[in-house]
Amino acid sequence: MRRYLAARLLQSLIVVLLVTTISFFLIRLAPGDPFSFGGDIAMSPTVREHLRAEFGYDRPLLEQFARFLGNVVRFRLGYSLSMHGYVGSVILDVLPRTLLLMGVALALSFAVGIGLGVLQAWRRNSWVDRALSSVLLVFYSLPDFWLALIVLLVFAYWLPIFPAGGMIDLIMHDYMPLGERILDVLHHLVLPAFTLTLLSAAGIARYQRSALLEVLPQDFVRTARAKGLGERTVVFRHALRNALLPIITLVGLMLPSLIGGAFFVEKVFSWPGMGYVAANAIAARDYDLVTGTVVVGGIMVTLGSIVADLLYAIADPRLGAR
Amino acid sequence: MPLLTHASAPADALGPLASASGRPAPSDPSVTARKRRRWPSALWWSLALITLLCSIALLAPALAPYAPNEQLDIIRLKSQPPSLAHPLGTDQYSRDLLSRMLFGARISLSVAMIAVCLSATIGTAYGLLAGYIGGVVDAVMMRVLDAFLAIPRVLLLIALLAMWSPVPLPMLIVIIGCTGWFEVSRLVRAEVLAVKQRDYILAARALGAPNARLLGRHVLPNILNPVLVAAALGVGNVIILEAGLSYLGVGAHAPTASWGSIFFDGSEAFQSTWWIALFPGLAIVMTVLAFNAFGTALRDTLDPHQLAGGSTRR
Amino acid sequence: MADVLLEIANLHTFFYGDAGVSHAVDGVTFSVRSGETIGLVGESGSGKSVTALSILRLVRPPGRIEPGSRMLFEGRDLVALPERELRAIRGARIAMVFQEPMTALNPVFTVGEQIAEVVRIHSKASRREAWQRAVEMLQIVGIPAPAQRAKEYPHQMSGGMRQRVVIAMALVMNPALVIADEPTTALDVTIQAQILELLQQLQGRFGTSILLITHDLGVVAETVSRVLVMYGGEIVEEAPVRTLFADAHHPYTEGLLAAMPKLGEHRDRLRTIPGTVPPPTSWPTGCRFHDRCPYAWERCALEHPPLYQIGDRHVSRCHLAEEPERRQHPHEPLVVQRAAQAGSKA
Repeated sequence: MRRYLAARLLQSLIVVLLVTTISFFLIRLAPGDPFSFGGDIAMSPTVREHLRAEFGYDRPLLEQFARFLGNVVRFRLGYSLSMHGYVGSVILDVLPRTLLLMGVALALSFAVGIGLGVLQAWRRNSWVDRALSSVLLVFYSLPDFWLALIVLLVFAYWLPIFPAGGMIDLIMHDYMPLGERILDVLHHLVLPAFTLTLLSAAGIARYQRSALLEVLPQDFVRTARAKGLGERTVVFRHALRNALLPIITLVGLMLPSLIGGAFFVEKVFSWPGMGYVAANAIAARDYDLVTGTVVVGGIMVTLGSIVADLLYAIADPRLGAR
Repeated sequence: MPLLTHASAPADALGPLASASGRPAPSDPSVTARKRRRWPSALWWSLALITLLCSIALLAPALAPYAPNEQLDIIRLKSQPPSLAHPLGTDQYSRDLLSRMLFGARISLSVAMIAVCLSATIGTAYGLLAGYIGGVVDAVMMRVLDAFLAIPRVLLLIALLAMWSPVPLPMLIVIIGCTGWFEVSRLVRAEVLAVKQRDYILAARALGAPNARLLGRHVLPNILNPVLVAAALGVGNVIILEAGLSYLGVGAHAPTASWGSIFFDGSEAFQSTWWIALFPGLAIVMTVLAFNAFGTALRDTLDPHQLAGGSTRR
Repeated sequence: MADVLLEIANLHTFFYGDAGVSHAVDGVTFSVRSGETIGLVGESGSGKSVTALSILRLVRPPGRIEPGSRMLFEGRDLVALPERELRAIRGARIAMVFQEPMTALNPVFTVGEQIAEVVRIHSKASRREAWQRAVEMLQIVGIPAPAQRAKEYPHQMSGGMRQRVVIAMALVMNPALVIADEPTTALDVTIQAQILELLQQLQGRFGTSILLITHDLGVVAETVSRVLVMYGGEIVEEAPVRTLFADAHHPYTEGLLAAMPKLGEHRDRLRTIPGTVPPPTSWPTGCRFHDRCPYAWERCALEHPPLYQIGDRHVSRCHLAEEPERRQHPHEPLVVQRAAQAGSKA
């Protein structure tokens, strides 16, 4: 078990290194640099050259990379010119908000997805199964930004139940007691999390349905019945325990798409998380911040898949982790 | 070999080719009738829908009443709701929405299909090589793949496109294609690994078949199924992706009419000019639904045991 | 004579599929007495496994037990019994041992848990008591270090050991009847012998009746007191084991016995029964074996034979019972003739 963990960590380290390299080169390969356009700051060429030199943008690319790598290892992700702060601290500020949103969405998606998938498999080919398959297919086919807009429209404007965006009530939040503050955040969390859940649950449900359908005809399920167990116990205790295993690997696989989905959702709902910051950074050509965001995103995904693999190793006794 | 001659056997023994009997029971008529392979109806209607959409896209120049960027009467035809003259209305630049949608179909569909072909090709090649060569090469290739997979595609695309904007359409297609092959190659590699173990490969090797021949004749046909399914599902993904990118202003840029950019135009003033956003939205959903339905029906038909592939979104 | 424990009367189990209706079990009648071991012998496709599954109503749709079938056990008809009461019988009064030990156990639970589960379902035992019972059973079935082994998972055990676990699971509640469906087929020959011996021991110790299902006549010779031979979804011969081996009546049984290689016999080729088992979706008219039978005559193709009484507790579904002199005129079975004709045409 320890050896497996060590091997996985080593692998992940290599992956993170590669992610860093890829992000760096792809972004730097774009024409221009942060100072090429100056934005709304009128800059004289000398000032521009000076700034370039100061931040190292006039050096050859490989040398920039070497410096970058050195910095990354020391957890120095650079300086964000648009946010006027170190990239590291900017990301640290916003990361928990994205984690909150994604965490809730992940939990909800899996709860709903697994529930629906099991229901479909149990009542295979019944009208419930077929209706759900069609409905889920529709949800799977919806563009994320589109659904986000619709949800916003319906639940924030037409039926003003939920706030139209943001994470907190900008005016009142700081004056609220702790309990109310938590509720405030949760209130703002509902719509974006709901949207993300609607988008992801469909894929999970389909996966769970196939997984359970694969398990149900197996011999040990028949043995369970022959022992005198009720059908419910057979399905939920014996069959499902086996059918949940592939779902665990799905967690690792879905993380990148969940982050991608969060990007649009954060934008539409103005949720001030990493996606939101990344979008602004891109618009401002803030190279360091963009690179930093991509790298951190990659690290999160990698860590997430390690956790998923670990969970799988613990859950499946055949992997000898116990 | 008969031990006794016919003379001594009783007359009604079932000796050589006894005439009366020996026929098996008449077979159940339902046996023959239902031996046809069952193809789900979803496969057919989705394929029909896809064909219809592609035809519309191809025939856009013939079907569209106006050119997509033609600005008609700037004053009187600005932002008009759907009417008989303009069935889908006009937008804020007095352009006929129906024509824009038709031409938009061309862009959205062609971007998606070409990009997916590109992804499928790269992915298959990569997966084939990694799976077939195996060993250290495979391990390295997989780590690189893991790294690419760890980066959320949307983020990467936006970053790239924003940095390089404005991006001409062919370049857009290439970039989208080059960022979409990761899942496919993982699928292909898994299939190659499975096929590699099979007996007929060992047999062919034992007969001295060279590697290229093995790859081409034995391995490749078997891995095509998951690739086809992934491609079908991939088209839907790319259409949504391209629309999203246009919505953010980094995809097909003005004045090119892709469904995403039309939607972008429309989303700004959604409450007053709802039709500008509604129709492209509907078109996208319908098209993606058709491709997804096709892809899942294909998957169910070809290989119901397939669990991986296509279950994750962009 | 011991009491009748299980009485199966006119059992029909059909499968409804796209290719038609499969009459897998087509009118099977037999009984099992207390403490008896009987063997149900037949090839694949004869319906023996489906018979076994039917007893505990483990046949899933699209299969079903047809109305008109009756299975009396301890005074109750298993066919009509409500599901809840049947569940009380499964695993406790009638237990099953399946063919593939590799897949019959749930891979994510320890073997101890799986045996203990049976105890907890059918009795009010606590977790600890159930676990102890499980360990006890593991010892009884001959697994060394049972307390440790109970905490292991199925994949950590060999095939033979897993089968012992399955047997332990079946016997833990001391059932009156154990149905063993090809319990040794998936195992090595030496392990086979061990498992069979174990079954005999346990039977002696607990007085359980065993319905042993197998395709292997050799297995049957050692372990059972009575044999039922199945073919074409029906029983074609039933006799005490010695009688069957010494004095088989039905030509199919004869064929099976002849096909067994015997030590000391010098043969270049093993004897086989020509032809193949017909599909259960279309049984032949008349005697279902007639086209593979070396003695068949016209009557056999037209008239479905009933079970004739041959001797003491010996029945056979063959018209030779009424016309024994036909045995003197064997000929090429119809399938061979047809093949030869087709061959000459080609």
